[in-house]
Amino acid sequence: MLAYLFYIVAAITVTTAVYLIFEKNPVFGALYLIQTMVSLAVLYILLEAQFVAAVQIIVYAGAIMVLFLFVIMLLNLDIGEETKNALPYQRIPAILMGIALFTIICIVIRSKLLQGKQDQYTTAFVQGVGNTKLIGNLLFTEYLLPFEITSILLFVAAIGAIMLAKRKL
Amino acid sequence: MTNVSIMTFNILSILPILILSGFGMIVLLVDVLSSRRLGEKNLLAYISLIGIILAAIFARSPAGTTLFSFNESFAIDNYSLFFNFIFLLSTGLTILISHSYIKREEINHGEYYALILFSTIGMMLMAAGADLLNIFIGLEVMSISIYILTGFKRSKLISNEASLKYFLLGAFATGFLLYGISLVYGSTGAINLKQIASFIASKGGISDPVLLMGMGLIIIGLGFKVASVPFHAWVPDVYEGAPTAITAFMSVGPKAAGFAAFLRILITAFGSAHDEWQKIIYILAILTMTTGNVIAIAQTNIKRMLAYSSIAHAGYLLIALVSANDMGVSGTLFYMLAYTFMNIGAFAIVIVLSRKGDEFIQINDYAGLGFKHPLLALAMTLFMFSMAGVPPTAGFVGKFYIFSAAIKSGYIGLAVIGVINSVISVYYYLRITVIMYMKEPTREFAPLTISPLIVAAIAISVIGTLHLGIFPSKVMEIAQQATLMLK
Amino acid sequence: MLRSKNAADWGNVSEMNKEFLVYLVIVCVKILLVFGVVQLMVISMIWLERKIMAHMQVRLGPMRVGPHGLLQPIADGIKLLFKEDIIPEKASKLLFVLAPAMAMVPAMLTFAVIPFGDAVKILGYKVDLVITDVNIGFLYIFGVSSLGIYGIVMAGWASNNKYSLLGGIRSSAQMISYELTLGLSLIGVVMMTESLSLVDVVNAQAKLWNIILQPIGFFIYFTSAIAEVNRCPFDLPEAESELVAGYHTEYSSMKFAMFFMAEYANMITVSAIAVTFFLGGWQGPFLPPVVWFLLKLSGCLFFFIWIRSTFPRLRYDQLMHFGWKFLLPLSLFNILITGLVIVIKG
Repeated sequence: MLAYLFYIVAAITVTTAVYLIFEKNPVFGALYLIQTMVSLAVLYILLEAQFVAAVQIIVYAGAIMVLFLFVIMLLNLDIGEETKNALPYQRIPAILMGIALFTIICIVIRSKLLQGKQDQYTTAFVQGVGNTKLIGNLLFTEYLLPFEITSILLFVAAIGAIMLAKRKL
Repeated sequence: MTNVSIMTFNILSILPILILSGFGMIVLLVDVLSSRRLGEKNLLAYISLIGIILAAIFARSPAGTTLFSFNESFAIDNYSLFFNFIFLLSTGLTILISHSYIKREEINHGEYYALILFSTIGMMLMAAGADLLNIFIGLEVMSISIYILTGFKRSKLISNEASLKYFLLGAFATGFLLYGISLVYGSTGAINLKQIASFIASKGGISDPVLLMGMGLIIIGLGFKVASVPFHAWVPDVYEGAPTAITAFMSVGPKAAGFAAFLRILITAFGSAHDEWQKIIYILAILTMTTGNVIAIAQTNIKRMLAYSSIAHAGYLLIALVSANDMGVSGTLFYMLAYTFMNIGAFAIVIVLSRKGDEFIQINDYAGLGFKHPLLALAMTLFMFSMAGVPPTAGFVGKFYIFSAAIKSGYIGLAVIGVINSVISVYYYLRITVIMYMKEPTREFAPLTISPLIVAAIAISVIGTLHLGIFPSKVMEIAQQATLMLK
Repeated sequence: MLRSKNAADWGNVSEMNKEFLVYLVIVCVKILLVFGVVQLMVISMIWLERKIMAHMQVRLGPMRVGPHGLLQPIADGIKLLFKEDIIPEKASKLLFVLAPAMAMVPAMLTFAVIPFGDAVKILGYKVDLVITDVNIGFLYIFGVSSLGIYGIVMAGWASNNKYSLLGGIRSSAQMISYELTLGLSLIGVVMMTESLSLVDVVNAQAKLWNIILQPIGFFIYFTSAIAEVNRCPFDLPEAESELVAGYHTEYSSMKFAMFFMAEYANMITVSAIAVTFFLGGWQGPFLPPVVWFLLKLSGCLFFFIWIRSTFPRLRYDQLMHFGWKFLLPLSLFNILITGLVIVIKG
């Protein structure tokens, strides 16, 4: 039953992602992207990663995509405006390379299942402790340094947004 | 409440990072709180310099030996300390050359210094990171700061374009790197470099295509950061558009950080699989050197020429990476230090000669400099000789170590190509000298606005270039100690 | 699977055994019940709001239909049903139709994790009076409520009307800004409870309500909740004097009614969260838990109406400054203090 659910949600995810690329109207494109994000969150739930799923929805579907829509609406991009292909000679090589890359990835993925080191974090263990708690514990013990440095990263990004975008400094 | 056992970590090990971030924030606060009448903002440059000096003082292994902290994810060894020194040096020199420049260009905001300090934090994390997560976050902190600094001349279109271009391509490269990291994690179950190494060793080399692909993607991501061909397309435009002082900074700091991470990942984690990646890097090295040098010949803009020359230098450093022996690693360290001096020195002179609203960056603008400002021309000549690899300069010694490392590992063909490339490069480096001394000035030199700080920067660069060229043994000894810790 | 605590003993999902069926039935009944009650409350809220505001402004309000105008909502509903449903010619049809539903759904979804009573025994089965108790309830609420913006944004854009668009953009900016403080104001409670499950949050308040321990948190929560649901004095997205009717200018008939109901449903949702996090949820002496819950909920809703009839509307820049420069630092300060107290108390 869960396997079927996975296939259904995966199909939705891929379909909306494809629609996103081929959609000419940017607003609809953004809405497809939102659907992709939400479907990804469902996939995370199927993988027992509830915390990641919730964060996925809050951050991507709830915050980032709203800003996307916001910008698209403010710029009032026209529907289906045909732009001239600026790089006509790159089109065919790009498609060929894309197919090649896709094939390689398929071959690589098919070659064998990922066989990483089995960790102590099995599904049963995660369910016992709780997803959120476990992530919290790891962030504040094992991955303390990257976690703290991330605050500098966000700080820098905030400075950058103000520096580059503010009308008058 | 379950008990959370905080693992032991040595706060001293990240003291330089803490100092720099603290000073970055102090700079911002002082900028906000100081009144507008203090407008000159000299204070901010001095505060940043104090921060850098303090960080340099505390940047040492607390116990005097290799120290792993934060669950073995952060390594304080001679290798990272040497790189930290390079980063702090390049940051310090950048601040020295920036001070008058940003005032002249009217981009004198406190954020400028803060972002430079923050990007240094990123570099330090990259050099000391012993797991892929730390290296990645360090890379992001560094890159994002520099994307912003590139676009700091907000009113100039060319600066905006450079920033956007760098950001988009950089984000793409980061995507490759991250995908690579995730594949490596998926196939080995570890992000710690040592654990990856032991996993590969236990399997007797890389036979897993997923892992191989992960490694390849990591090489692409880092190859972008060190500006190797074919991931170099951003370099000329970004170097030209960025504020000149930032161009100097990003041709040195991020490149050094990129190589620091490159060496540590490839040698520590994928050391037992060097047959696989050496082939890739071999080709990259030849492409990078040749492309950089050949295109540099055709440049008429000095910033673009230095951009292509920086690509070419990345090629030489890749030779050291291919050889993957102790000598190659110490050669990289030495070369990077030498490159810091000579490159920032050259950019400092470009800055001194430029004026507000007139960048003065056509190579022909330099005609007659030798008669008008003999000292500047002499310094420029020295830097150009050093980049070309003429003895007795630092550039010569660095190239000598790198090529001999290649020969020692049996890559004689690569060394020969490197030497041929050096010969090509002599043409365009010496052309500047020739123009400076042999041609009549085509236009007038404006009265120079020389601040004591930029003079200090040029002096330090000159002394460094000469010292490393004439007495390399002491520094080389330190560099050799650094490599012992890597494996 | 997002497995709730009482569903953990399903065992193998493919075995559609009796217990699973019972569980399914109970959940469905609970969903229908909650949905019905909320809709009923929405309808009565419309009447109550008009009446209460009228009395506060020393007038009578609707009096004609039924005793004291009690049947007014039904009359309104019938009127709206029979009105012509207009879709503007240049509107984006699909989004125009979808938007009211998108506004309504997230408001209703939030109720899935709000506990409205203690566990009771019905026909030998233990039934928790919460649709599902997930261990990420807190995050779930914010995930779902952050989706609520889309309805308004889509409506504003799809109408192809500048007032609608401005209203939509205003409201999304406002909601993004205040969502931050909304989330941060609850962090204090979560820190004290050490759980993200709303059932645990309620259980932890058996002795003392969180409003006493977290007065600043409650203040911030309620203020940003008002802004989040676009109520007066933060109802700028539909400021009549500037924007006609904001994002729903072009809407008529039942689609308009849907937006109206979504606003009230949202109000009930944020009030229910306030009750759960700060006012002890269903906890209370003498009366049955469900009654307590409804009583507290009504109190909160009354407060909303009271504020609406008391305060004048803010200017847009005032609203933004208030959110970013006052509420946000205050909520961070609240978290800091909470953390310090927890550490000191050990």
